[in-house]
Amino acid sequence: MNFSGRAAPIPGDRPPPRARAFHAQAFKELRLEGVRRDFGNVSALRDLTLTIEQGQFVALLGPSGCGKSTALNCIAGLLPVTGGSIRLDDKRIDTLRTEERGFGMVFQNYALFPHMTVRKNIGFGLKMRGVASAEIARRVDDALRLVHLGEHGHKLPGQLSGGQQQRVAIARAIVIEPPLVLMDEPLSNLDAKLRLEMRQEIRRIHAELGSTTIYVTHDQEEALSLADRIVVLREGMIRQVGTPAELYADPAHLDVADFMGYRNRIEGRLVRSGGGMAAVDIGGAVVEGRTRGELGGGRAVAAMRPDDLVPAREGVDAIVATVESIEYRGREFHGLARTPQGAELHFSSPARLEAGAPVRLAADPRNVLIFEAEAR
Amino acid sequence: MNRSLTERLWAIALWVVVAFFILNLFAMIAAVVTSSFSTRWLGTWFPAGFTTRWYYSAWDEFQLDDVLIVTFEVVFAVVALSGLLGVPAAYAMARRDFPGKRLLMLLFLLPLLVPSITYGIPMATVLYRTGLGGTMSGVILANLVPSLPFVILVMIPFVEQIDPRIEAAARVFGAGTLRLFVHVLLPLLLPGVLAALLLVLVRTIGMFELTFLTSGPTSQTLVVSLYYAVFAAGVRAEQSIDAMAVIYMATTLVWLLIALKFVNPTQIVARAKVPAR
Amino acid sequence: MSTVASRDRLAAPTAPAAPPLRLRLAASGLDGVTLLLVPAALFLIALFVYPFIYGFVLSFEPKSGGALANYLRFFSDSYFSHTVWTTMRIAMPVTIFNLMLAIPIAFRVRLMRHQRLLTTILVLPITLGTVLVAEGMLFYFGPQGWFNRALMAIGLISQPVRLVHNYWGVVISLLITGFPFTFLLTLSYVTGIDPSLEQAAATLGAKPASRFRHIFWPLLLPGLAITFCLAFVQAYSVFPSAVLVGEPAGATRVISIAAYQSAFEDYDYSMASTIAMIMAATQLVVVLVVLGGRSLLYRGPVTGGKG
Repeated sequence: MNFSGRAAPIPGDRPPPRARAFHAQAFKELRLEGVRRDFGNVSALRDLTLTIEQGQFVALLGPSGCGKSTALNCIAGLLPVTGGSIRLDDKRIDTLRTEERGFGMVFQNYALFPHMTVRKNIGFGLKMRGVASAEIARRVDDALRLVHLGEHGHKLPGQLSGGQQQRVAIARAIVIEPPLVLMDEPLSNLDAKLRLEMRQEIRRIHAELGSTTIYVTHDQEEALSLADRIVVLREGMIRQVGTPAELYADPAHLDVADFMGYRNRIEGRLVRSGGGMAAVDIGGAVVEGRTRGELGGGRAVAAMRPDDLVPAREGVDAIVATVESIEYRGREFHGLARTPQGAELHFSSPARLEAGAPVRLAADPRNVLIFEAEAR
Repeated sequence: MNRSLTERLWAIALWVVVAFFILNLFAMIAAVVTSSFSTRWLGTWFPAGFTTRWYYSAWDEFQLDDVLIVTFEVVFAVVALSGLLGVPAAYAMARRDFPGKRLLMLLFLLPLLVPSITYGIPMATVLYRTGLGGTMSGVILANLVPSLPFVILVMIPFVEQIDPRIEAAARVFGAGTLRLFVHVLLPLLLPGVLAALLLVLVRTIGMFELTFLTSGPTSQTLVVSLYYAVFAAGVRAEQSIDAMAVIYMATTLVWLLIALKFVNPTQIVARAKVPAR
Repeated sequence: MSTVASRDRLAAPTAPAAPPLRLRLAASGLDGVTLLLVPAALFLIALFVYPFIYGFVLSFEPKSGGALANYLRFFSDSYFSHTVWTTMRIAMPVTIFNLMLAIPIAFRVRLMRHQRLLTTILVLPITLGTVLVAEGMLFYFGPQGWFNRALMAIGLISQPVRLVHNYWGVVISLLITGFPFTFLLTLSYVTGIDPSLEQAAATLGAKPASRFRHIFWPLLLPGLAITFCLAFVQAYSVFPSAVLVGEPAGATRVISIAAYQSAFEDYDYSMASTIAMIMAATQLVVVLVVLGGRSLLYRGPVTGGKG
């Protein structure tokens, strides 16, 4: 079983080669077709169509309420679908009950059985499958070793830290060798430092096992660092699917760009457009940037990251604004400025600027995206 | 998650049991009400005729006007006293940690866990020995024993819910203890206090054993009078006893319905649930 | 830490003043606010603890005979000693039955969306109280009442079944008032279990029966033990129904009746206290046995982890 589509593994991170302890069951793809989930007259998922190939690490990314957890629960069988179908290769699985689907799942609050030891927690799925106890013990040992919890097998979940509980939850999900591992915002309850450590763990475990994983998160940094492919959702619909690089540099819609960190959005009059570039007159300056396809209509929005908007060199066409506040970020300063037209700009500066002082800001057109202004 | 046939059958069986219980409960209440309005009812499914005269005769016969007055005097005294003593005590328990607190908590918990007849007999003995037995004061004191802890136990979580930093903030801005109480605590605690006192009210109306053990002929509450009426049932007409029972039911239900506007039905049950350690 | 000038050995060493008593007390949690609970505590000590102690002492001061005369009389005279068994014979089966019924029903009800209507209806018997339930039962479950009539109309029985003024009357009344109490407590324990635990078990392949056996039951058992104790103690103290719909002179002469009669018919307060003490002791023994068993179980939080 080998994984596909992943960038080169980080040197020094790879464990010594040994006989594979786990192997996921073979399947080629998971297909969601027109999946729909309603709660009363509210549609949490609308016409979701997605194909996930074996071995991929797919992140479902979006703000709260976008339907990503709902989608995961539908795949797991914890929620029935109101319409559409889910298939594993040719087999239709959305009609199966949760316990018949055999997917491993890691819950946001870990959902460890508080009255069972770590070993019993991890071995629970194997016990449900009627695996012999000697075999269960062996596989639980392997799982504990994989998540670096070898000495904690006899403890109760209540005696473990958050990060350790998280690892037990992961071990429990993968020890059954499921075709699919589902993770529902598993890191959101950990503090920042632990989150970074666990992210590395998850990456390492995925690299070792190569199991197909669907990972739900609202944190774009997490998605970018973990996933092979990212699916951005909003209000129950897919907005964009792509590799982390594609989503980072080339978001397809304004809301996706907003989610990927393009905090600056300035609206203006579209001056020209063609050949993948466009220019927007925001009143006082003209901003150039890249586009996806042709833009129609008179108004457009220029989007750029705070890091890409910097004080301009002399002689370059720049946006004039007044600094409102500035904060020290260690390597540089981040500031908030306002144009005479009232637009807010988040910018980055190598030197401290005075509040109230004027500043001329510009961005490299390659880092600016121009979108059609959405009708309000 | 789809349900199999056995699961469906099991669910149906359970609902049948619940329905059976509720049906019989309502039918039993209906039987009492029907009987209280009947002229004669012997050996038939339904009474021969209907009348309201039993209510008048019960009113006279059992001196219900006096009994109702006594009942409400007792109930309101108990409510007022348990509120006056219980709310400050709950505040202290919620806000302070001191040596012996667990012992004190046990003291406040026990009257709710020990059934009233078990401690009622020794308590009645003491009351009679001190001359309070058989008087209204004795009845009020007796009923206060389970009501006071009830108020404390209901109010402690309410007080804990109020962020102590709000009180600290009020003090920082210059509020003395009285103004802190009047302007900050009282408004925040009012819903909880209201809920607790309404629950005490409903419980005290139905509190039988303690009043039974400590009341005299002029200090009986409605429920105790009803007991005596049923006890001597051979002497009196059944319908007038049923009329009295209906009056008791109506009294209780009116306050129950008012209470339910503010509280969850589950809280009426002695909520001495031991939290997980 | 005292500083002593080396030349002034005769001068008393000066120590920094200890914090005033008021502050020291406040540090361990005793200040003006704590005093707020004194009236309530004093009241309960006076009217709950003291009578118990008084009764305990009084039980050893019988009208005639040595200190233990009352206790000996209780256990040697079957008129008294039999009441323990009579009461147990009523209270134990009723409590177990109520609990066995409450568990599956609570388990099903936890999935309901309109629980409040059901819980409100079930609160009725508790609020109305044992006296009213007994009163209502006398006619409804009597030989002429609707219950017997209905059974005869369906054809299940040919003659009315005797359901009042006997053992069954008391049992039925305890079912009517005891089941809602047991059910509501059980429901609160059942709904306290984190639903994600069941979901996790399902993803790991556990069918509904396995989920109940491995997840719910172990987590529920400690709460059920508490529920059993509270329900049992209530049932064991049965009084008005034993008189009104039971056979207070015979099959349902429960221990509370014996205590009441000693106090208010024989005016033997010492014997009454003795009986009350024995009643309390019996209940305590059962409770301790159950709680002892409970302490062997996992009793920690029933959630799935942090978060």
